[in-house]
Amino acid sequence: MSEQKNIFPRELEHEAIYIIREVAAQFERPALLFSGGKDSITLVQLARKAFYPAKVPFPMLHIDTGHNFPETIEFRDWLAKESGMQLIVRYVQDSIDLGKVQEETGKYASRNMLQTVTLLDAIEELKFDACIGGARRDEEKARAKERIFSVRDDFGQWDAKKQRPELFDMLNGKINIGENVRVFPISNWTELDVWSYIKEDGIPIPSIYYSHEREIIERDGMYWPASPFLNTTEDEVPFKATVRFRTVGDMTCTAAVLSEAVTIDRIIEEIKEATISERGARIDDKRSEAAMEKRKQVGYF
Amino acid sequence: MDVLRIATAGSVDDGKSTLIGRLLYDTKSITKDKLEAVEASSKRKGLDFVDLSLLTDGLIAEREQGITIDVAHIYFATETRKYIIADTPGHVEYTRNMITGASNAEASIVLVDARNGVSEQTRRHLFISSLLELETVIVAVNKMDLVNFDESVFNTIKENVEGIAQKIGFKGSLHFIPLAAKYGDNVVTLSEKMPWYTDKPLLEYLENLPVHAKDENLPARFHVQSVIRPHSEEYHDFRGYAGKLVSGTIEVGQKVIALPSLRESTVKAIYSGYEKVTKAHAGESLNIELVDDIDISRGNTLVIEGAPYQQVSTFTAKLTWMSEQPLTAGRTFLLQHGVNRIKAKVLSFGHVIDMNTIEEKSEVREFKLNDIGEVGIKTAKPIFADLYHDNPHNGAFILIDEYSNNTVAVGFIESI
Repeated sequence: MSEQKNIFPRELEHEAIYIIREVAAQFERPALLFSGGKDSITLVQLARKAFYPAKVPFPMLHIDTGHNFPETIEFRDWLAKESGMQLIVRYVQDSIDLGKVQEETGKYASRNMLQTVTLLDAIEELKFDACIGGARRDEEKARAKERIFSVRDDFGQWDAKKQRPELFDMLNGKINIGENVRVFPISNWTELDVWSYIKEDGIPIPSIYYSHEREIIERDGMYWPASPFLNTTEDEVPFKATVRFRTVGDMTCTAAVLSEAVTIDRIIEEIKEATISERGARIDDKRSEAAMEKRKQVGYF
Repeated sequence: MDVLRIATAGSVDDGKSTLIGRLLYDTKSITKDKLEAVEASSKRKGLDFVDLSLLTDGLIAEREQGITIDVAHIYFATETRKYIIADTPGHVEYTRNMITGASNAEASIVLVDARNGVSEQTRRHLFISSLLELETVIVAVNKMDLVNFDESVFNTIKENVEGIAQKIGFKGSLHFIPLAAKYGDNVVTLSEKMPWYTDKPLLEYLENLPVHAKDENLPARFHVQSVIRPHSEEYHDFRGYAGKLVSGTIEVGQKVIALPSLRESTVKAIYSGYEKVTKAHAGESLNIELVDDIDISRGNTLVIEGAPYQQVSTFTAKLTWMSEQPLTAGRTFLLQHGVNRIKAKVLSFGHVIDMNTIEEKSEVREFKLNDIGEVGIKTAKPIFADLYHDNPHNGAFILIDEYSNNTVAVGFIESI
């Protein structure tokens, strides 16, 4: 294989570090929303660099749906330890037990929507005034318009028409009581930027991003990981295949891709040649054309 | 790899979204599923072609009204560089969005419909590009297919735009390209239908534009965001200043002055992430350690000893008002310059530009939403700013309404 040259635009790293430092300076109680996916792992790396040689001055918050890949949870705990960051976990199961949300039914049942309630409760309970997230504008059309500092009201809602203008690099994080801000330091990164950064900085990632053998089922032309959380019909018979995950959410809403990519270089080559977009492997976005914007309006990350 | 940030402005009618869609399509930046979704949408709408503009018009409200109402960011990359397009609406009521989108851009693409020629929008976009002192404006004369690819149509528009640019006082470089974005003519490859155009196609032109060309040669301005104190065994007495070098360069061993305290010291070490570097460049986020323990806090600026800097508290600025509620003279705000916030008062009004006609109006009583004009400002304490013309990275500010906390204006320091 030929030696690949460095392609990550370092300008993006400088921009993200600047934003993360603004969060620490402008807010009383920020938190880093950790999903276990490569984007939030990238955020942890950026936060560590932003305050080096000091420790990251805010915690990671993970909303555990209970349907995570076990590899994700294992990696999360390792990363918290390795980075010295405080890890706070809140559980969707608790929201279900308290009767705040109801489990979905049917073969497309997922806890993806339910986690919004758990997240908003956690923000209120822990009095977080800023949550740093790994959303990128290239992922989806509604995200393309979201600001870097995105103000949410008491109910966590996003109003696309009332966004604050963001001029140059000047970020205004002033908010009223009850409001909080979602911050997106890697807004301007693409999937390829994230992967080339992971490669060139040598950032560890969970094993499920690499090709491995796993039991899957086929549904709607996509491959779903077989798990006790996925409601299946009789004709959906699990079979073994060599796959990897391109995006990591819950086991109920993340489709696998057939892949032999066992190294980051191979993953990057795959992405460059890919014909399916990253979120194309997310069933939650396929519910309707405006699915993402509707979820954002009600407080989804 | 470097990053080129471009602003585009214009309405759907000019074919702007189609042009961007075409750039994505021709650089193979669209995945199959996205393209299929757009093909399906086009068919549902009864169109006999794939409407590439659907790739960029994102929000529900926009789909309902068929217009672009905010800044959308679009990304693509070639082997040469990464591109970030800030796509903004062209209507007068979205002037603030245009300025927002263009504020981080190095170049803008102004679209002109070949059939209609220069419009009020063209004038407005040129004015905003001039206000922000963008280095390059590319005038894309689109829909050449609808004027039979006629060179004289293109030349007339070119002359008109050059006339306006001169009147407005645009100092950057103007470049004209005739396009038929719907069919890809002169977007990525030169059009066979316009053999009279022998310059570069749009993408090739973008590939060769210099980025951040001037920033390095400006005087160093390091904006301090916070103080880094690890309190650990290993870094017991460490005290670093985290911030951004917005312009110039800085090197280990250089003598620096902290503003506003005017205390002097020497650069002991520069950290860029985990790495120690000996020299840092404009645009970088750094953590700077000094030889002496001097009092520096958030909002302060480090400059190089011997290089000029200035302290200002009363100045005139070009201001763009961005709030529905009009601005009246005498109001106070929080002024944010870099990361520094300070109370400030808008003392007086000069002229206002009518963004419909780009004509100056005097005897101004208030600034309405999207008005651009001249104001006098006084800050509660001095700030260390440059004229926007001299150093855009240290010469702009925003105004924050202390009651709503909203960003209500952006200003460009004009004279002291």
